[in-house]
Amino acid sequence: MSPPLLGVEEGGGNTTLATSPSIDGVPRDCSGLKERNYLGLSDCSSVDSSAVSSLSDENKSNLNLKATELRLGLPGSQSPEREPKLCLLGSGKLDEKPLFPLLPSNDGICSSLQKNIASGNKRGFADTIDGFSELKSSKYTDGNWMFHVTGPASENVQSGGQGKFPANAGMKAMLPSRNSGAQSAVPKEALQKPAPECPRALNGTGVNQTRASNNAPAAKAQVVGWPPIRSYRKNTLATTSKDNDEVDGKPGPGALYVKVSMDGAPYLRKVDLRNYSTYQELSSSLEKMFSGFTIGQCGSNGTPGREMLNESKLRDFLHGSEYVLTYEDKDGDWMLVGDVPWEMFIDSCKRLKIMKGADAIGLAPRAVEKSKARN
Amino acid sequence: MDPSKSRDSAESTRVIQFPNDVLERILSLIDSHRDRSAVSLVSKAWYNAERWTRRHVFIGNCYAVSPQIVARRFPNIRSVTLKGKPRFSDFNLVPPNWGAEVHAWLAVFADQYPLLEELRLKRMTVTDESLKFLARKFQKFRALSLLSCDGFSTNGLEAIATDCRHLTELDIQENGIDDISGNWLSCFPENFTSLEVLNFASLSSDVNFDALERLVSQCKSLKILKVNKNITLEQLQRLLVRAPQLTELGTGSFLQELTAHQYEELERAFIGCKNLHALSGSWEATTLYLPVLYPACTNLTFLNLSYAALPSEELAKLVAHCPHLQRLWVLDTIEDVGLQAVASNCPLLEELRVFPADPYDQDINRGVTESGFLAVSLGCRKLHYVLYFCRQMTNAAVARIVQNCPGFTHFRLCIMKPGQPDYVTNEPMDEGFGAVVKTCTNLRRLGVSGLLTDLTFEYIGRYAKNLETLSVAFAGGSDRGMQCILDGCPKLRKLEIRDSPFGNGALLSGLEKYESMRSLWMSACKVTLNGCKMLARQRPRLNVEVMKDEDMDDGQSYKVYVYRTVAGPRTDAPSFVHTL
Repeated sequence: MSPPLLGVEEGGGNTTLATSPSIDGVPRDCSGLKERNYLGLSDCSSVDSSAVSSLSDENKSNLNLKATELRLGLPGSQSPEREPKLCLLGSGKLDEKPLFPLLPSNDGICSSLQKNIASGNKRGFADTIDGFSELKSSKYTDGNWMFHVTGPASENVQSGGQGKFPANAGMKAMLPSRNSGAQSAVPKEALQKPAPECPRALNGTGVNQTRASNNAPAAKAQVVGWPPIRSYRKNTLATTSKDNDEVDGKPGPGALYVKVSMDGAPYLRKVDLRNYSTYQELSSSLEKMFSGFTIGQCGSNGTPGREMLNESKLRDFLHGSEYVLTYEDKDGDWMLVGDVPWEMFIDSCKRLKIMKGADAIGLAPRAVEKSKARN
Repeated sequence: MDPSKSRDSAESTRVIQFPNDVLERILSLIDSHRDRSAVSLVSKAWYNAERWTRRHVFIGNCYAVSPQIVARRFPNIRSVTLKGKPRFSDFNLVPPNWGAEVHAWLAVFADQYPLLEELRLKRMTVTDESLKFLARKFQKFRALSLLSCDGFSTNGLEAIATDCRHLTELDIQENGIDDISGNWLSCFPENFTSLEVLNFASLSSDVNFDALERLVSQCKSLKILKVNKNITLEQLQRLLVRAPQLTELGTGSFLQELTAHQYEELERAFIGCKNLHALSGSWEATTLYLPVLYPACTNLTFLNLSYAALPSEELAKLVAHCPHLQRLWVLDTIEDVGLQAVASNCPLLEELRVFPADPYDQDINRGVTESGFLAVSLGCRKLHYVLYFCRQMTNAAVARIVQNCPGFTHFRLCIMKPGQPDYVTNEPMDEGFGAVVKTCTNLRRLGVSGLLTDLTFEYIGRYAKNLETLSVAFAGGSDRGMQCILDGCPKLRKLEIRDSPFGNGALLSGLEKYESMRSLWMSACKVTLNGCKMLARQRPRLNVEVMKDEDMDDGQSYKVYVYRTVAGPRTDAPSFVHTL
């Protein structure tokens, strides 16, 4: 169920250009496509009504979303600079089914590339995105209104749900593509209408509107605003739909329970990693789970134990001075949580451990320094 | 003179003249704005009495009238309800920055209604500046409700919490809000006690729990509390014991793992909530602790599970404890089995909304079908409001459903694949919807879907005599369809159409009708600019607004929004909106 994960491995190669001969209307010469292109809308927007520009918008929006999805400041496993021309041909989707009718053959290839890119250096993305639009990735919180992120070219960041089809893009970004939720979050309406009613394509920007070309196949096209569900609900459902696998009440085929231990806690807990789609969710959930044990333990900050129950303190708990979240991977090594893409993480994680900062020296130098600084 | 004789002669010739203050006293008891509109048409005296006594004004289309006109007519308004953008803006069919800004209204209100107490906005653009303005300028402001609005952030909420000393209601629902932080909750003053309604379920930032707990303890009149999903069960328990008087509760995510002791405490807390009649929350499918709710469900009349992906068994167990349920909102994860459980356990059900959990995946066979709907219609004979998203439907099922429940007032059926026929007979869904309009004589709102020919619209025009709102998508065969609607349906107020082959002929056939309607929306239809211009020319009291349809690449398609107005063309229209 996780082709994108595999794609991450292979995606580093320059396979796309050579293996997508059936792309119509897409410039094969990507020499003009440099690193900044997929972030630099201006370059692509000059190519009017072209699939490239629309794709770049799409990709840009999707990439933006993907980039901001990982909120733990990943060091970045792939640099985005290497992939831009590949990502421009990306279909802008996370799963196999092509969203954009112009690129029916891009299943899997571009989605993997896109995953590639999106899982790259978050900070790099955030920086360039910031310079590009008014969006701040910090505003991107779980379950947040996705439209902000998808409207880089729209001035009003707070315009809410008015961009074209951003909610769907937002949904995709919120979930890793392994999720059936993400797959289902991708709209693929097959329009059975005559040609004049061209299927509407994704448009993440609202400014450089995508133009569905006249030869767009009717099958597997998305329709803006259909089914008629409010954007807020669409975004929220995207996060709940991933739980549908476990709907039977017993762990579904994908349930992934791992033990979680914490230094100083009297007993261990178990969490199902399939319940989360981002590090942030896992982190918050663990915070809540282990909140009882932190009373008094973060007293080095000078805060009374009761305050540990405050939300802000809880948030600081794992990101803060004392504790780091680590996991044991398939090889038996203890690694710092947050380095690799989420997919890779849950594939290789065997157990979790919340370590005290002092024990985590060598794993998380920054965290230890932070704790020293605070003390 | 014999009083009865004089009264008789008075009644036969003219309206009885009450002294003004008596008239005003009587009229001030009338709340419904439709009744008041009727009252104002009786005579000049009644018009004046009515306008002086009106405290609440409802404006269904913010561009139909200007704030100055409103203020001129109604000098004593304390409460305003404003609706802005066309409904299809909820589904991204309206570009950003379209308008419906509330600030122009607030500016006039600050002058004319300084004692304004309540503001309820739907689909309006509200900025943080507007919220700050609101908080500063209206000293008696008490109730703010924002539904499906956009343009503001949690910073704006901070201003409301800080400066509105008498706030009783803060209801933030499903908005395009920039959720920066939960700090706004901490902005309520220390000794704040007046809150009665607090709904922040749709905000995702964490709030300071201590501040929330204190707020709940101090506000003894708090009746409605809907927290966001970050509130844990343990925290919920602490809130509940401080607010057993709650009548409506929205829980957090129900995800925490509890010890036995915590579970008992939570159960006790719910038992203590004896006045609960509405319950909602964002529950995960794997929630273990639903049983703690059971004791509180006895008096439930409204259960909103539309953000809870519950499987059918969990729902069945839950509704078994809700015998008095009148309104139920669910996700289609409960499937037909879940609906059967509803049918068996909730005979008093009047409203059912089934939302799709996976709206975009056409290939999965999950969700609800016609059997679920049919089952509910058999078990819940009082059903009159349904919103139903499904992937398959048959004409026969729809016909039987309305036979079982002829009292439908709102029938909104959404077969999610556009243009899908009856999956058994492969025929259009004409006969199904025909049955709906023939049988349900009280039908006020209709949403159609599936494969539909003009015949459906013939039926609607002919039979739906009380229809006020009609939503059409991917339906119809020719102009004739829309014409039938406009020629029939005497009470039609709102018509919204997308992706249907209705052109200028159809548009212009409504010339006589549009001024009696609130609005018409057409997008991705066959209407051209010329047709719209013709309409605008012939009906100067309508605003005919066109927007280039960016989704269509032929450069010829327009989105058309037509509405009656006494305020003339919009002065704040963005560049992409052209008023013809």
